[in-house]
Amino acid sequence: MAAASGGIMAALARLQARLSGLREEYFRRNRAVDEDRKIEYKAAVKIQSWFRGCRVRAYLRYLNKMVIFIQKWWRGYRSRRYFSKLVETAYFIMKMNFYNEMAVRIQKRWRGYYVRKYIHNYYALKKYLEAISVNNEIVRSELQDYKEMKEIEEKRKDLEKKEKEEKYQARKMHYLLSTEQMPLSPHGIYNSPFRKSPDPMELLLRKSKPLSHRHQQTKSPFEYELYDWPTCKRPPTFSTAQPLPPIVRQKPQGPFRDTTEVLRQRYKPLEPTLRVAASINSPLEKAREEMKREEWRNRIHDNEFLPFSSYRKNQKYDPSIHRTGKYGQETYGIKHFREIQPKKWVADKDFQTVLPPIVLFEKFGKTYSRAGQIV
Amino acid sequence: MSQRQVLQVFEQYQRARTQFVQAVAELAARPQNIETLQNAGVMSLLRPLLLDVIPTIQQTAALALGRLANYNGDLAEAVVKGDILPQLVCSLSEQNRFYKKAAAFVLRAVGKHSPQLAQAVVQCGALEMLVICLEDFDPGVKEAASWALGYIARHNSELSQAVVDAGAVPLLVLCIQEPEIALKRIAASTLSDISKHSPELAQTVVDAGAIAHLAQMILNPDAKLKRQVLSALSQIAKHSVDLAELVVEAEIFPVVLTCLKDSDEYVKKNGATLIREIAKHTPELSQFIVNAGGVAAVIDCIGSCRGTVRLPGIMMLGYVAAHSENLSMAVIVSKGISPLCACLIEEHEDHIKAAAAWALGQVGRHTPAHARAVAVADVLPTLLAIYMDTRSSEDLQMKTKKALKNILQKCTYLPALEPLLHDAPPNILKHIVGQFSKMLPHDSKARRLFVTTGGLKKVQEIKAEPGSLLQEYINTINNCYPEEVVRYYSPGYSETLLERVENYHPVL
Repeated sequence: MAAASGGIMAALARLQARLSGLREEYFRRNRAVDEDRKIEYKAAVKIQSWFRGCRVRAYLRYLNKMVIFIQKWWRGYRSRRYFSKLVETAYFIMKMNFYNEMAVRIQKRWRGYYVRKYIHNYYALKKYLEAISVNNEIVRSELQDYKEMKEIEEKRKDLEKKEKEEKYQARKMHYLLSTEQMPLSPHGIYNSPFRKSPDPMELLLRKSKPLSHRHQQTKSPFEYELYDWPTCKRPPTFSTAQPLPPIVRQKPQGPFRDTTEVLRQRYKPLEPTLRVAASINSPLEKAREEMKREEWRNRIHDNEFLPFSSYRKNQKYDPSIHRTGKYGQETYGIKHFREIQPKKWVADKDFQTVLPPIVLFEKFGKTYSRAGQIV
Repeated sequence: MSQRQVLQVFEQYQRARTQFVQAVAELAARPQNIETLQNAGVMSLLRPLLLDVIPTIQQTAALALGRLANYNGDLAEAVVKGDILPQLVCSLSEQNRFYKKAAAFVLRAVGKHSPQLAQAVVQCGALEMLVICLEDFDPGVKEAASWALGYIARHNSELSQAVVDAGAVPLLVLCIQEPEIALKRIAASTLSDISKHSPELAQTVVDAGAIAHLAQMILNPDAKLKRQVLSALSQIAKHSVDLAELVVEAEIFPVVLTCLKDSDEYVKKNGATLIREIAKHTPELSQFIVNAGGVAAVIDCIGSCRGTVRLPGIMMLGYVAAHSENLSMAVIVSKGISPLCACLIEEHEDHIKAAAAWALGQVGRHTPAHARAVAVADVLPTLLAIYMDTRSSEDLQMKTKKALKNILQKCTYLPALEPLLHDAPPNILKHIVGQFSKMLPHDSKARRLFVTTGGLKKVQEIKAEPGSLLQEYINTINNCYPEEVVRYYSPGYSETLLERVENYHPVL
């Protein structure tokens, strides 16, 4: 124990020896540490901050990656859906375009066919115009024949008239015939010895019978006009087209259908619906055409609008046959309607009406308008 | 004895009266005596003779009065003022047929001059008496009565309505069926006068069954009757589509076409008028007429007549061509253009020329094919000449201008357009130049021809305001050609060249 206490005392002495320099060393150590402390502190802070930063960054990076992952997945999902819709619509549009094109092709063909066949058929039009010119030629030739026939008729009538007159003259001058006794004037003025053959008038005289002393019948001037159609018994008519007789052919041998049925089916006419047959503007067009036609027709009459009041001011009413009497118009229906003679009334009042009155008659003389005096 | 002397006095007086009245009637037949008669106061002397006991004196007095009133309107007014008409009308029912004829003659003579006189005739109650006369047996009385009714109804629609109200129409239709030609003529002319005023009156006439009888009478050979019948049918047909269709259903085609070849001018004119009134309503009716060959007949008719007789035929062609392009082509195919062109050149009256110009415009305005057909017939220079002529009336100028415009807007036949370039006024020129500007960019041969015939030179000489349509057309034409060619033909080019020669210093 003493050694130990000696040791302890030695240690104590050692320690006390070091005590005096302890304070300086303490201060020195503190100061060294203090001086380093800032640096170390800063270094520690730096290290720690950097480390923390690393950790946080790592954490953020991790978070980022996760977020990106989620967003990537979500966005991919969204846009795949959108894309599939897009594809669908594009596909749909492509199909519709295709259908439209096919429909356009069909409609193109159909409309061309329809227009060319039913609306403006060029060949039918051409044939029609040719038929018209042929028909015109026929009409012209027939009219020409008619005209010539009439001219011949007129000439013949004139000739007949002249002949009749000549015959009549011959009959009147029958006494101028030349005879055996007196071949020359005063009787035979138409016969001369120097002529080889007798004068035609002379021949006529020889043929004609002398006129008797009967009264001449007065000819009515209408004779020629009505009953004198010498050449034709009927008036000239144009030949109406007779339908041709049907061609009778032998029935072909075999299981064939009836020809008429087949032809009817083959040439069955198109029955377009009203929508196809009418043009788009058809009600409007028709109304316009109607108006135009009316305008055209009535263009001749220029006084379309006549003012009521001044036009009819000075006109007297033209009486109808029902209301006229010998000396003018009766005033029944205009000035008075029912016979009312108040002087003959027993009492002052009119009769009591049992039946319901006739509305129109009650209005007599009681309307507002001046123009309705005759209601 | 004294009784005989007394009677002798009366006989002398009667003889004197008879002589006087017969002499006056004779004198009144000649126009030169009428003034003298009027101055001598014949009206007041004739009036008491109308009430004479002797029927012959009455009739002759009435005849004399009628002839006097026939002469002019003043005498007719004097008849009216002298209160003669009511006496005539009242005694009409009891008298014999000669008196009725003479009285109807007086009424006709008074009623024909003016609407006021006709109104006076109507007001004294003459219409009922005339209708009673129409039921008489004697055809002469019927003729005189229907003639009087016709002259009254002619003036305006109120008078016609009065005639119809008096119940004349069924009796007139009966008169048409009588065998006497003169009566038929007059009845047809009266029906024509009644139905011309309004559709209702025409409908009344149709309802009485007139159309069938009128249609049968077209076959009658008498020319004057045919005139009246055709006139009556055309007055009926002109008012509306239904009436026209009724007339057509009476199967007048193709018989009406023979009327167009008649020797009488007025029959031709009225026949053409009837066809025109039918054709103008609808395209279907025009089509029907074309199918029946009517167009050819009308064209021949136009070619054979001169003067106003042609006018309805020309208008008919215009109406047919105006309805649709197929009908217009039918007119062209029936060789319609050359007679129309001949009308334009030959006729002197402006309204006929105007109608021909209008018809040509209607024919040519539909498609280029139509315009080409019209242009080939050398119509355009004639139209232009008429348009530029200072003596043409305004209406004629307007119609030719419209026709030119319509044809030019569709014309693609360039050789016909060339000669027009040189004389046309600016408003026509712009259409011509417009057509060229449409055609030249596509056709190289036409371009070459345009240059060689001097058209390009003429186009350069045209002065147009910049920015106007004409300038645009000119620019389009100029763009079809290379620049040197355009400059070569521009006016004043030779001067510019010579100037350049002057200013040129030769390089030695």
